[in-house]
Amino acid sequence: MKILVAVKEVAEAEDEFEIDGLDIDERYLEYDLNEWDDYAIEEAVQIAEAGDDVEVVSVTVGEERTEETIRMALAKGVDRAIRVWDDTLAGADSLDVSAKADILAAVVEAEDPDLVLTGVQANDDGYGATGVSVAEVVGYEWAAVVNELELDDDTAHVRRELEGGVEELTDVDLPAVLTIQTGINEPRYASLRGIRQAQSKPLDVQGLEDLGLDASVVESPVERTAMFEPESESDVVTFEGDAGEEAGQLAELLRDKGVVEG
Amino acid sequence: MTDVLALAEHRRGSLRDVSFEMISAGRELADAQGGDLHLAVIGGDVDSFADDLNREGVDAIHTVAEGEEFNHDVYVQAIEQLYAEVAPTALLIPNSVNGLDYAPAVAERLDVPLVTDAVGLDRNGALEVTREMYGSKVATTVEVDADEVVVTVRPAEWPQAEGEGSAEIQSFDADIDESQVRSTVTGFEEVGGGDVDISDADVLVSVGRGIEEEENIELVEALADALGATLSSSRPIVDSGWLPKNRQVGQSGKVVTPKVYIAVGISGAVQHVAGMKGSETIVAINTDPNAPIMDIADYAIVDDLFDVVPELIEEFGGEAP
Ligand SMILES: Cc1cc2nc3c(=O)[nH]c(=O)nc-3n(C[C@H](O)[C@H](O)[C@H](O)COP(=O)(O)OP(=O)(O)OC[C@H]3O[C@@H](n4cnc5c(N)ncnc54)[C@H](O)[C@@H]3O)c2cc1C
Repeated sequence: MKILVAVKEVAEAEDEFEIDGLDIDERYLEYDLNEWDDYAIEEAVQIAEAGDDVEVVSVTVGEERTEETIRMALAKGVDRAIRVWDDTLAGADSLDVSAKADILAAVVEAEDPDLVLTGVQANDDGYGATGVSVAEVVGYEWAAVVNELELDDDTAHVRRELEGGVEELTDVDLPAVLTIQTGINEPRYASLRGIRQAQSKPLDVQGLEDLGLDASVVESPVERTAMFEPESESDVVTFEGDAGEEAGQLAELLRDKGVVEG
Repeated sequence: MTDVLALAEHRRGSLRDVSFEMISAGRELADAQGGDLHLAVIGGDVDSFADDLNREGVDAIHTVAEGEEFNHDVYVQAIEQLYAEVAPTALLIPNSVNGLDYAPAVAERLDVPLVTDAVGLDRNGALEVTREMYGSKVATTVEVDADEVVVTVRPAEWPQAEGEGSAEIQSFDADIDESQVRSTVTGFEEVGGGDVDISDADVLVSVGRGIEEEENIELVEALADALGATLSSSRPIVDSGWLPKNRQVGQSGKVVTPKVYIAVGISGAVQHVAGMKGSETIVAINTDPNAPIMDIADYAIVDDLFDVVPELIEEFGGEAP
């Protein structure tokens, strides 16, 4: 069995930041493995550890810096990795859902996995659409927002976490794409040994041409035209002073409201 | 044609609130484009759903009697066929867990661009969608330069449509290819019962990822004790196994409406806010003055929780661990 895990490096904004044009100024961004993808990696690695003859491959679309992220996946037990990048991708402003899906779909077609795992969403742009889009492009079955997974030969038995504490039990034919929700497992930390081993695992860089795609894949009708700090409608009262003074004011408020005594 | 087609959502026999929000969002966009608003409801008791959905602003309702519950393989096929008949320029789908389970597939199949999680819709020639990024710290506008678009609409951003409507209700016969239905819903389960019901509490002290380590939960627990309050949390605390599932506030957890909600080290992600914005008084303790929780908080302490919480415990005669 082969499992392909799509991972993404995401940017996180610091508490204080400035916007420069259409994005947050690079100086205020920190990069990390997408939280949801960490759970997807763990799920794949656990399946590999429980079964014989399971290969786990990770794929990311990203510039050279993202190798740090994908090495993280390798250090956690992924067998080999693919990073998709070339000048055309570097020159594209941003990739819309469909472009990302087409690129990842080409990797799925080349690798022919039984199972594809992605995170439910990426923490930076929050589109939440890549996994299901890929499934549709390659003609796989799918399930979104999965928080429990059991596999047998040709079916994935999943729980989908709906709103309001309700879970849906669904059987999905394989091959399938599942988008993984946080909490499905407990992601491991990369061990020192894992980190060392990751250095010698294969990490293959592929361009659009290698995947049988051309530049038209990045042409997108969807374009970001502005970024701004939302006007705060908040009329929040901020308590001032040192920690003791702040606590004193909050205590007074809670006593005034009669929610605590004394 | 400049019509809008919007999808309703139901579960276990009831329409979900977002269905009525879809009417408001859809009407707003249809007006901006000068077109009609079509609504579709697929599966379940479609006739009674259609009666409920017939509110002010809806021009036509299409009922598709296929199956009892949501099945994305059926939805994708039904929507593809209905789309061909209605020929809208915009297809609106709830940005719900189920919406995210079929909207991307529909967009791919129709070969129409997709923008998810819209919090604003405007037409200025091209469609302009407002959405958020970086955990709601910033907003963006996204322009869609295409004749057609699929947009998923964030729940609870638009009001629920009211008032009786006079829509034309039509049943639509979808031709479902059963061989393409490769997923089966086998049941539902409620999760997160257990010892306490946080939705009963008058005062909630709620802890988020700002707490950093499992052993620090004790600190916030001591505050809850000193206040005679109940301890709840954001999702990452439950994901880490530091508190049981029945303590989780939010979209996939519990909806709570206490007199006072004290959010300790919680950023205020939209899925968290969905569960607590109805609280009477919201207090945020957070080092980040720009955290989205500040937009809905009534009172805030912008400071390190590890400095403030012990002081608070002392104020109420408790003992910090
Ligand atoms: C489908 C779906 C469903 C979801 N359902 C839920 C749900 O039901 N409930 C839920 O909560 N989330 C839910 N989420 C997750 C949600 O998107 C967020 O990831 C989560 O709410 C973030 O939790 P947090 O605020 O505790 O952590 P973070 O976003 O990491 O925020 C931590 C905060 O702590 C502050 N902080 C850090 N250190 C300190 C300190 N020393 N003192 C004071 N403040 C500090 C930081 O400034 C930050 O604001 C869901 C997500 C998805 C995709």
